Amino acid sequence: MPVSPAKFTPGQAVKIADRQLNVHHRVPAYAKGQRGVIERVCGRHGQPEKFIRGDGGEPLTLYRVTLAQSELWPDYGGQADDTLDIEIFEHWLEDLS
Amino acid sequence: MSHDHDHDHDHDHDHARTLQPDHPEPTTEAARVGLALREILLEAGHYSAQEEAEVISFMQGASPDNGAQLTARAWTDPAFKQRLLSDAGQAIGEFGFDLSPAEFTVIENTEHQHNVIVCTLCSCYPRALLGMSPSWYKSRSYRSRLVREPRAVLEEFGVTLEPSVSVRVHDSTAELRYMVLPQRPANTDGWSEDQLRALVTRDSLIGTQRDLSTP
Repeated sequence: MPVSPAKFTPGQAVKIADRQLNVHHRVPAYAKGQRGVIERVCGRHGQPEKFIRGDGGEPLTLYRVTLAQSELWPDYGGQADDTLDIEIFEHWLEDLS
Repeated sequence: MSHDHDHDHDHDHDHARTLQPDHPEPTTEAARVGLALREILLEAGHYSAQEEAEVISFMQGASPDNGAQLTARAWTDPAFKQRLLSDAGQAIGEFGFDLSPAEFTVIENTEHQHNVIVCTLCSCYPRALLGMSPSWYKSRSYRSRLVREPRAVLEEFGVTLEPSVSVRVHDSTAELRYMVLPQRPANTDGWSEDQLRALVTRDSLIGTQRDLSTP
């Protein structure tokens, strides 16, 4: 099976989809709809949404995305450069660059 | 699940023996459901009691000393440290720790950056390097608050960060597991790897401790 190349590269601005699903998935509510920057590409892995039905389907590229804490939480009390890194699959990301 | 009937099994194991519980008496409804499910899975042959025992033994076999060994090597061998930070799986493989099925990423504390790990969705933990996770790591409080107010949570662990130190929280949401590489304490020049290894604590590898003390 041909392997599709990673769609995003480190440093690229992305937005995490604001998608509500009634099946198991690995995007916490606080990250949905947030903007971030690709930190690194983490290889290809089975999809959590499909694992719940017994197999992961075609593996998709996984990324680490860096989010700014000050954007995540309007009342964030820390420093301006505090960040949060989270793993997000490609089908949850859209290009913002 | 007891078998009080008396037919001849044509296979060679004894259910009454292989299904002996190896866990505390369940105290909650959820625990009873979990144990019932375990028995059904064993009965149906999805895995054997032997395989279960091996997995439990493996899970209990790792300890924070695994992470401490990596840390001490990274402090004393710059080339290893470089490999550990750029391709943790391969570098850790040099120590022979079994990481399957997870992938590992090691993130480095510096003078200006502090890292701390959490799993908000469940309780993913770098078990192969740290052993079993502490209860607080799995608590709702830690999981929900660390992403939102990391500095306040770290204060409760006794970690006070200067404004010049940024906090980087790593939420283990999918396939990766993380280990923090703590800073080497001052006044340890010339120490051996074994001496350094003894300084490294579990919490410093999670990021809920920043400064390591020397005796």
